[in-house]
Amino acid sequence: MLNTLNGLFIAAVLAGTPLLLGALGEILTEKSGNLNLGVEGMMFMGAITGLAGSYYYEQAVISAGGNPNGVLSAAIALLTSFLAGAGGALIYSFLTITLRANQNVTGLTLTIFGTGFGNFFGEYIGQKAGGYVAVSETTKKAFSGLQIPGLSDIPVIGPLLFEYNWLVYFAIIVAVVMAWFFNRSRVGLNLRAVGEDPATADAAGINTTLYKYLATVIGGGICGIGGMYMSMVTTSGVWVHDCVSGYGWLAVALVIFATWSPARGIIVALIFGGLTIMRMYINIPGLPAQIYDMFPYIATILVLVITSMRQSREHAQPKSCGLNYFREER
Amino acid sequence: MSEGAAYAVKMHHVTKTFGKVTANKDVNLELRTGEILALLGENGSGKTTLMNMLSGIYFPDHGEIYVKGEEVTIRSPKDSFALGIGMIHQHFKLVDVLTAAENIVLGLGGKVTVNRREINKKVAELAQKYGFELDPSKKVYNMSVSEKQTVEILKVLYKGADILILDEPTAVLTPQETERLFNVLRNMKKDGKSIIIITHKLNEVLAISDRVAILRKGEYIGVVNTAETNQAQLTEMMVGRPISLEIDRPQAERGEKRLQVIDLTCLNGDGVKALDNVSFEAYGGEILGIAGIAGSGQRELCETIAGLYPSIGGSVLYSGDHDGVPVQERILGLKPDEIVKKGISMAFVPEDRLGMGLVAGMNMTDNVMLRSYKANKGIFVDRKAPRELAEKLIGELEIVTPGVDTPVGRLSGGNVQKVLLGREIACQPSVLIVAYPVRGLDINSSYRIYDLLNEQKKKGVAVIFIGEDLDVLMQLSDRIMVMCGGKVSGIVDPRKVTKEDIGLMMIHAEGSQSVSEDKEVTA
Repeated sequence: MLNTLNGLFIAAVLAGTPLLLGALGEILTEKSGNLNLGVEGMMFMGAITGLAGSYYYEQAVISAGGNPNGVLSAAIALLTSFLAGAGGALIYSFLTITLRANQNVTGLTLTIFGTGFGNFFGEYIGQKAGGYVAVSETTKKAFSGLQIPGLSDIPVIGPLLFEYNWLVYFAIIVAVVMAWFFNRSRVGLNLRAVGEDPATADAAGINTTLYKYLATVIGGGICGIGGMYMSMVTTSGVWVHDCVSGYGWLAVALVIFATWSPARGIIVALIFGGLTIMRMYINIPGLPAQIYDMFPYIATILVLVITSMRQSREHAQPKSCGLNYFREER
Repeated sequence: MSEGAAYAVKMHHVTKTFGKVTANKDVNLELRTGEILALLGENGSGKTTLMNMLSGIYFPDHGEIYVKGEEVTIRSPKDSFALGIGMIHQHFKLVDVLTAAENIVLGLGGKVTVNRREINKKVAELAQKYGFELDPSKKVYNMSVSEKQTVEILKVLYKGADILILDEPTAVLTPQETERLFNVLRNMKKDGKSIIIITHKLNEVLAISDRVAILRKGEYIGVVNTAETNQAQLTEMMVGRPISLEIDRPQAERGEKRLQVIDLTCLNGDGVKALDNVSFEAYGGEILGIAGIAGSGQRELCETIAGLYPSIGGSVLYSGDHDGVPVQERILGLKPDEIVKKGISMAFVPEDRLGMGLVAGMNMTDNVMLRSYKANKGIFVDRKAPRELAEKLIGELEIVTPGVDTPVGRLSGGNVQKVLLGREIACQPSVLIVAYPVRGLDINSSYRIYDLLNEQKKKGVAVIFIGEDLDVLMQLSDRIMVMCGGKVSGIVDPRKVTKEDIGLMMIHAEGSQSVSEDKEVTA
């Protein structure tokens, strides 16, 4: 029983991390007043570019007769996936902030575009590589669980907390930094003002356009890293068709569940991660797998009902979210 | 440089257009250092637009701006602060979920982190200096309107502004709060600040300003010394022709009791009583004014009577006649269409004209039809009758519109109100409830609306008039019911009380005793 629970916890952390990254990216985006529904698309873009970055780096090194470096390979995956997600978000930003296109439509379009982008290039690189694309053992090792001297050796707690891959710790650090940023820093305060009430922020001399662009683009980059986690960790460095499938939408749901708080996001990502892999650990006889898949969404609906009933002003979506801002509008 | 300049601000030949609309045309304005200048004009005369060019919200198409003697280019609010200009907007620019102090430091440079204890202390000190009362750590959404205004003013003072622009600051205040604000403004003037106050209330202009600049239809008309002018001259400059400011209160025979409201109670979204045991009667042939600070339950009161808002207790009795047959009904809890079906002719003009009253994207005919189409038999609607009515309304009420096929959303505020009120009156109601019917309307349209209401009163209609301008309420109403925090503070005869009496009732629900106590405290 205890072993099952430990196993479930570890699996939940592993499954929850890409959701956490996607949700953190979306929280940052929404805090600036942009509702970017393209999380799924940006995760797809991050997933394929991260994998491709590592793959082509290895190919280049091997063809030059050298040995690929795992750390460098991981860093390249991190950078390329961030840039891809940020690139997707940049398209979104240009359309919604500069051209003031409808945010919902633009976000959904980005999801469709990103899904196609990921699958197309995944298949394309696979075809050229002779069937499927996979990274070498060196890179796989860079994305497997760490062994932290001392900490990992602690009985029970060691495997439970200190034997994950580096992206897990990366995601938690991003969450903590983001929580500090929103609550304690001046720039974070300004960003919240932009998302709540851009006209007020504008009148206070805050460059709303710059804030919106930066938050959305960096947020998109973080979503891209979440996608890279899917292709490098979840599928172990092999391109699997539709590998992100649905995780981007779960991340959007997670934002609501976490009530736009990065710190709460960590806990909620753990719960969501647990719910997505629960069927492999807790088997209720006769319950179809599809029902298990519904759990995260049911949880989101319940949270929406509860938060809507409480009508709390502070645990709600930033007020201007979804609305474009134009200073000279009358 | 600021010491020597005789003029804090000079605007020369400033023009601003929005598409085809010219908001300001060749305007000249001068603000002397250390004076209070009133900027007077009707709605839509371009006062706010002009000031927004000083605060960096808009950029002028033509013209020059000089601040403290030097020509400047104000491209953004930031440029404006740098010049020491601070604007207090009519619609408060505050972030609800942040505290007073956080709002005040918003957008300012400084350390990477926000030290809340330090900024709270600084804000409290500043508030004390000018005699404001404010808790710096209070969240804005918990604040009253006058507290929010205090935050707005402190915000610009904190940034070190010495040129202050206030856009209709008294529109939301009680007479007492207005007086307190004026005292603060006088303190600031003594402190050497130059102040522009935008308003269309003549009595306030005369009370607070040193000089008055007048705009009409985007054009600069002139400037006069306050000490050498009077209401009649200012009105003429503002409107362009002499106009009588007296509101008519025709004597009409008080008719039968039309509406009786007994112990009406309802809750708002947070479960707090929005109406608390409200009781009153409305008679035919009179205008019952309802006064109160915004949000004292006026909206809930009229929506509950109209069948749009749920109540938890009390009753509303209607008596009138339908085609000669007397009708007596309890209408509380009925939906609007059920009320109509019972043969009750009641009309409601909501404060939200284009949200609740009319459909902005539909034309006048269709909007008129909304009131009557259910009477049509079969699956087709009759367009002819509503169209004729719409055309008749345009003629009778002098509605300015390209025609009955223009969407009502494109009309100006005054014309929209005439469409709505005209449609409701055309139904020949015996009870007419109007909420803030002249809000945002210019003087001409406002007086037309008052005339329409008086015509209804003479016809024997019971008119319930919810207003915000106490002067208007006192001149137009036969009786005034004052509300405070969802309770009725009293029903008074406007001929026998003063504006100050009503102002005190607006902030104290407990009747006369606490009113006299308050007088001692403030004295």
